[in-house]
Amino acid sequence: MIEFNRGGPVSLYLHFPFCERKCRYCDFLSGPAGEETREEYIDLLCREIELRAGETLVTDKGAEVVDTIFIGGGTPSLMTPAQAARVMDTIRCCYHVLTDAEISMEVNPGTVDPDKLRGFKAAGIGRLSVGMQSFDDSELRLLGRIHTAAQARETFFAAREAGFNNINLDLMSALPGQNIETWSHTLEVAVSLGPEHISAYSLIIEEGTPLAALLDAGKLPDLPSEEEDRRMYHFTKQFLASKGYRRYEISNYAKAGYECRHNCGYWTGHEYLGLGLGASSYLDGERFKNPDEMDEYRKAVMSTSDSNSLETMRRERQKLTQKDCMEEFMFLGLRMTDGVSEPEFERRFGVKLEDAFGSVLHRHLEQNVVCRTSDHRISLTEYGLDVANYVMADYLL
Amino acid sequence: MASNHYDNIRERTRNFCIVAHIDHGKSTLADRMIERTGLLTSREMQDQVLDNMELERERGITIKSQAVRLVYKAKDGVEYIFNLIDTPGHVDFNYEVSRSLAACDGAILVVDATQGIQAQTLANVYLALEHDLDVFPVINKIDLPSAMPEEVRHEIEDVIGIEAEDAPLISAKQGIGIEDVLEAVVEKIPAPEGNAEEPLKALIFDSLYDSYRGVIVFCRIRDGVIRKGMQVRMMATGAVVEVVEVGYFGPGQFIPCEELAAGQVGYFTASIKNIKDARVGDTVTEHTRPCAEPLPGYKRAQPMVYCGLYPADSAKYPDLRDALEKLQLNDASLFFEPETSLALGFGFRCGFLGLLHMEVILERLEREYDLDLISTAPGVVYKVYKTDGTMIELTNPSNLPDPAKIEHMEEPIVSAEIMVTTEFIGPIMQLCQERRGRYLDTEYIEATRAVLKYELPLNEIIYDFFDALKSRSRGYASFDYDLKGYETSELVKMDILVNKEPVDALSFIVHAAGAYERGRKMCEKLKEEIPRQLFDVPIQAAVGGRIIARETVRQLRKDVLAKCYGGDISRKKKLLEKQKEGKKRMQIVGNVEIPKEAFMNVLKLDAGN
Repeated sequence: MIEFNRGGPVSLYLHFPFCERKCRYCDFLSGPAGEETREEYIDLLCREIELRAGETLVTDKGAEVVDTIFIGGGTPSLMTPAQAARVMDTIRCCYHVLTDAEISMEVNPGTVDPDKLRGFKAAGIGRLSVGMQSFDDSELRLLGRIHTAAQARETFFAAREAGFNNINLDLMSALPGQNIETWSHTLEVAVSLGPEHISAYSLIIEEGTPLAALLDAGKLPDLPSEEEDRRMYHFTKQFLASKGYRRYEISNYAKAGYECRHNCGYWTGHEYLGLGLGASSYLDGERFKNPDEMDEYRKAVMSTSDSNSLETMRRERQKLTQKDCMEEFMFLGLRMTDGVSEPEFERRFGVKLEDAFGSVLHRHLEQNVVCRTSDHRISLTEYGLDVANYVMADYLL
Repeated sequence: MASNHYDNIRERTRNFCIVAHIDHGKSTLADRMIERTGLLTSREMQDQVLDNMELERERGITIKSQAVRLVYKAKDGVEYIFNLIDTPGHVDFNYEVSRSLAACDGAILVVDATQGIQAQTLANVYLALEHDLDVFPVINKIDLPSAMPEEVRHEIEDVIGIEAEDAPLISAKQGIGIEDVLEAVVEKIPAPEGNAEEPLKALIFDSLYDSYRGVIVFCRIRDGVIRKGMQVRMMATGAVVEVVEVGYFGPGQFIPCEELAAGQVGYFTASIKNIKDARVGDTVTEHTRPCAEPLPGYKRAQPMVYCGLYPADSAKYPDLRDALEKLQLNDASLFFEPETSLALGFGFRCGFLGLLHMEVILERLEREYDLDLISTAPGVVYKVYKTDGTMIELTNPSNLPDPAKIEHMEEPIVSAEIMVTTEFIGPIMQLCQERRGRYLDTEYIEATRAVLKYELPLNEIIYDFFDALKSRSRGYASFDYDLKGYETSELVKMDILVNKEPVDALSFIVHAAGAYERGRKMCEKLKEEIPRQLFDVPIQAAVGGRIIARETVRQLRKDVLAKCYGGDISRKKKLLEKQKEGKKRMQIVGNVEIPKEAFMNVLKLDAGN
């Protein structure tokens, strides 16, 4: 069971903001770029890693201890193995990376071959998160993915060949025109591959994306109804449970012991340092972001000579108050199916959870959106998970 | 001072008002007269001086009567004193028209040369004639291409029966013919009567609250003289006060003077703190030398339309009370008393002269006092006769007694005159039918225009009757009404239940025949307005415990953010905060969170039926 972190090791998130082609549903900070730009970016990223390491992170005991690393994007698998190695080597120079650290990288099946995967393995990447999304080619086209279902399967086998024994598959439900039959096909293929971890997200139509425009223009099949969407979600939970994958978070399923430690850190108040364009950090009780314009990011990294002036790179800074921390403890902790611990809450904040959120908690218990277990944990019920936003909003003080 | 001094002034005085249908150019004519008599240059003059409330100017209507004194040197070489008293043109404010008329000896009737006589033209002329005023017509807007001055001249003679042969043809907007109007005032409006030697006898026709001087009393002196330092008595209330200041009305300002004598119009102050001590219609006399008889007062206007007013933010309740009290200082026809609603919290039941009056008050509260308000459905005053022989006047549907204890109910009925061009008679008659109108008569004014006479329940015209009338006649129909009395009617109380709990703010009285339709529409609209909850929420309309319509707000099935990108917790929190903000604006009724706007929106729709 994961408890709130109190000091100790930090996590690193590295952002790689490039992709071969933007997917139709994506509203995240990424876009296509030439090789030169990508190489320059790796230079900047490595420089930032060095600069950041000199920051407050370094304790008098030596380099900061790092327990998880996550390289996300964009499409970080567009990096060459040499670039990945350079990044990893820079990190190892500057931080004390634990030997059992979880080191993940997102992979797009359309961007890798067996050689490349072996290269990533050699660079020290231990866990792959493969963006399969679907095992139906028409759905993949609809999403604007650059790979086919067959390619995705090949990528998985190649990853196993290369020695990756901790693999996540990203899948997407609630796609336009999808129904429980096509979705269960995707789930079955995924499970037949035997990954250690499966993330199954409901598609969110983000404003301003091509997918939203196509839907508005009526050029795509209808989105599944809410009822259909929930049927898919509940089927997913049951089906994966029967195959040995436990749902430990709203959208995440894992075989025992393979829960993603990095992501769990986000939900439990673990400190993390975000590196790269627009990356978010949570350090020393403060949330902040790197600049999300490339020119600005470059200028900040290049003009910075010492760790003190790195301060200027912190954007949208927010020092968390006790109130903020209590709120986050709840709305992040409740994402996990084990929920939050009442004794842990009291230990951290010096006040009983019951006293801080009494009336809301009682209403929620009555409405059966949360439940209380015998070991004093509060967690979302099955219905509570369906309406998690509605419930979590009540924990804002 | 010698009495011939007073007589001389009196004979040079003309007290008059201008009456017209809305938009026929009354205020513009007043402005031109003020300008022409040299009180203000046109540059100094803000458009329409008499309409000095911001709201009045915006809406182009006159709400509160105002007065101004002009000095005009006529062609006969004599300087005349004109007291021009402005009157509201809208039917809601007939009472104010009436009290302004009581201060006048004559009236200028303005008729639009392009439109001719309209419903309010007639209503206002009749009112003026009832007050024994001498009325002379002027025909305005002769500069417009569609003007038909000769036809209008004949119409005035035929329909109203007043002399119009030498009616000035003018354009107030262009300043044409203003001189003729000024001369006609001298000739056609009689000098006031009265005797300055007699004991003081003055009529209060309006008042204004000023935070420094207290109540400023507007009065017309019938007999005697009022001057500073005099002890005066209000004959109805018995209040005795010492006059601090007397004066007359300059444009937009008060100009103090020594005294006001018989025949004059002006004001006085006397450190009166409460507007109720200087009641409009009361007679002012000298305390030590009172007049024998008070003037016949006019009856106080009764509120005709009621609604509940609630602050959207319940902490603003005291602010709303203060604001209403302040407005009441200048508007004795505004009524309010505290009331409590389960759905909306603490608020006030307010009474208004009509729907426009209500709108004006709401707008002033929101604009001048920065209050965010929720108002319940406007309703009229019903008379409920109980089996025990007693009667109650019902202003709030929630207070309706148990139906078993009700003998019968009565609702107010108005006599309405609708003036319309003949091509629209069909649609307008249909509208009146739909509104439970009782047809009385059609009178043709000329071949193409007629007056339809109907009796209508007031309840049916307080919502959007004006708008419906306009839209079904392409804007040509005009309308006026008078309260006729009360009639027995088959009325029922409709309750709206949300999750099985009645929502008091949404209860209303409705004619039995229209209940089903109203109930169905309310439920449909409410369904759109209530966000989905964690459970199915039934919405029902019920009459006397019987459900007549039902809708269901389906349970919330999905509201979850699947992914949280790259540890961007702030983005997630912003989303939740937005959701939380939404919840804060909700009122919990029967365990259901209802946005406060929902009440407003549902009631608005209701008005649109």
